Amino acid sequence: MSASLDKVTQTLKEVIDAPIASYFDSCVHCGLCAEACLFYTETGDPKYTPIHKVEPLRRVYEQEYTLLGRLMKMVGLSKPITDEELGEWQELVYDSCTLCGRCSMVCPVGNDIVYMVRKFREGMAVSGHVPDGIRGATKRTVEIGGPMGLKWPAVANVLRKAEEATGVTIPVDKEGADYLVLLSSMEIVNYPEYIEALAKIFHKAGISFTLASDAFEATNAGIQIGASDLAKVIVTRIVDAAERLKVKYVLSPECGHAYMAIRWEGPNLIGRPFGFKVVHVLELLDQLRQEGVLKMKGMFKDPLILHDPCQIVRRGGVLQAPEALIRQVAENYIPIADQQKWNWCCGGGGGASAIHTEEAEALRAKAFGVKKRQIEEAGVGTMVTFCANCRITIEEALDHYEMNTKLLGLTELLAEHLED
Amino acid sequence: MNDLQFLTWVRGTGLDIAVGIFLLGVLWRLIEIYTLGRKKDLAAPRHAAGASGLHTVFRRSLPPPGMLKRSPVSYIGGYIFHIGLAVIVFLGAPHILLITNLTGLSWPGLPTQFIDLVTVVTMAAMVVMLVDRINKPVKRFLSTFEDWFTWAVTFLPVLTGWLAVQHLLLPYTTMLALHILSAEILLVVLPFTKLFHAFTLFGSRWYNGSANARKGVPV
Repeated sequence: MSASLDKVTQTLKEVIDAPIASYFDSCVHCGLCAEACLFYTETGDPKYTPIHKVEPLRRVYEQEYTLLGRLMKMVGLSKPITDEELGEWQELVYDSCTLCGRCSMVCPVGNDIVYMVRKFREGMAVSGHVPDGIRGATKRTVEIGGPMGLKWPAVANVLRKAEEATGVTIPVDKEGADYLVLLSSMEIVNYPEYIEALAKIFHKAGISFTLASDAFEATNAGIQIGASDLAKVIVTRIVDAAERLKVKYVLSPECGHAYMAIRWEGPNLIGRPFGFKVVHVLELLDQLRQEGVLKMKGMFKDPLILHDPCQIVRRGGVLQAPEALIRQVAENYIPIADQQKWNWCCGGGGGASAIHTEEAEALRAKAFGVKKRQIEEAGVGTMVTFCANCRITIEEALDHYEMNTKLLGLTELLAEHLED
Repeated sequence: MNDLQFLTWVRGTGLDIAVGIFLLGVLWRLIEIYTLGRKKDLAAPRHAAGASGLHTVFRRSLPPPGMLKRSPVSYIGGYIFHIGLAVIVFLGAPHILLITNLTGLSWPGLPTQFIDLVTVVTMAAMVVMLVDRINKPVKRFLSTFEDWFTWAVTFLPVLTGWLAVQHLLLPYTTMLALHILSAEILLVVLPFTKLFHAFTLFGSRWYNGSANARKGVPV
C-alpha cells in the first residue's frame, strides 16, 4: 500500500463512528435510496444508488472494525481499497451527489446516507481525487477570501452601489451592531439586488447591522470538498470577526451550503459552541413578519411555485418560514407535491455546480429533469427560491432547456413589495 | 447417524452451539458497533415537534410519501414476509414450546391451519422479493453473494418447516431435523451478515432521527 493510500485509509478509519457502523450493518441492499436520488431517477443508472456511493468506505469499515472482516484481511481474502478505485468513485461522490439528503429521508432501516457521503469525502480529499472546480474554489476561499476570488475592494464597490440605489448606509466593521451580515460571492457578483433588499429591510425594521471587511464570505468549499482543516480556517475567519465586533447574531445569506457551514458544521469545526447565534436570513424575515414589521404593498400576481433549497430546509431545519413568507407576498402561490423537506434538489448543491467538466454539466442538466417536471406540472411561469447557488444552477438549466420560466429570489421579492 | 440420532443432535448439541454462537455473536457485534461512539454535536440545537430519535424509530416503519408507488414490491412484499416470519416464529405452537423450554416464558399460539396459511403466503412473498432482486436493475446491481445467501438461509427454515408439517418430500423425522438444522444455520449466520439489521436498524433510525432532530427536522 502506498503512503498516500495509507493516509486515506487512516482518515476513513477516523471518520467511521458508531452511526456509520450501524448504518453499514443495517443496509439490506433494498435499493430504495435510489428512488429518492435525482441522479438515479433521471438517468435510471443503478450506479447512482446512494449507498453504492460509499462502498469503499464500507469496505474500510468491514476490514478495520469487524471481527469477520479483520479475519478475512488477515488471511488475505478481502479486497483492500485502491487508488484507482477511489479515482473511479470521484464522479459518484462529487458529480452525482449534491449532499441533498433526500436518501436519508427514505431509507427504511434509517441510514443517514448523506452523512456517510459527507464523511467519505474527507478521505477522498486526502486521496486527491476531487474535482478541480471545487479544489479551486476551496483554494481561493482560503487564500483570497472567497470561492470566486473576490477581494474586499470589489465587495466595497458593490456595497457602495447598493447604498446609492437604496439611500441606506451599509456599515462596515462597526463594533456592537446586532447583526454581522455574511454574503456569498455569487450574490455579490450575480445578485447584488440581495444586498440592496437586505439594506432596505434592516433599515425599515430599525435593526443595526454591519459587514466585516475580513469576513464577508459565508460559503465554505472546504466542507464540500471534505477538507475539515481548510473548512476550519474559513469558519474561524467568521467567528473571529463576530467576536471582535461583538455582534449578537451572525446572519447567514440565502445560500444553503453557507448556512449549513456556519450554523451546523461551524461549531463542530472549531471545537466549541459559538457565543453568538447564527440566523438564516429567512428566519429573521419570518420573525419580522410575525412582529408585523414586514408589511407588504401590492402583491405579486403571477402564479408561482417555490423551490426549497436542500441545505436550508431539509438539512438546515428552516421548515416553516419560506412558505409563510411567500404567502405574504404572492397572490397565486401554488404548493407542489414534493415540497419543504421532501423537495428535490436543483442538481448543483454540495459543490457540484463548481464542477465544469462536460460530463458533470451534462449529468446536471439531466438531473434537472425532475425540477423541470415540477415546473411544467404546476403550469407556472415563475419559480421563487432562496439560494444563490440554486439560482445559478437553475438558470443554467432553464437556459439549457430553453424554458422561459422566471426565477426570483425570495428576499428580493419581499423587499420589492415592502411598504415604504 | 440415523434420522433419529440426527434429530437428537440438532435438538441437543446443535441447538446449544447455534444459540451460543448467536448470543455471543450478537453481543460481540453490538459492542463492536456501538462502542465506536460519536462526537458530541456542538451546534446549538433547534427544537421541532415530531423530531427525535424515537419518532424516527417508529416513523421509518411506514413508507414515506410517494415511495410506495415507486417501489410497491419492496414495501408490500417486505411487510408480508417480515410480519409472516414474526407470526410463524412467535405464534406457531411448536416454536412457543421451544422458547418455553429455553426460557420458561410461554404465551398462547395460533391454530396450525392459520400458521400453515401464513407460511405459504410468507414463502410466496419471499419468492416475489427474490424475483424482484433479480429483475430490478438497482437491486441486481447492489446484490452480492451475501444477498442470495441470506435469502436462502432465511427461506430454508420456512420451507423445511412447512414440508415437515405437510409430511412432504422426506420422512417427518428427517424433515424436522433438517428444519431445525436450517434454523440453527440462520441463527449462526445472523450476527455476521446483513440479517443483523434486525438489531441495528433501531440504532440506525435513532441516530438519524436524533441528528436531524437537533436541526429541527423530523425525518
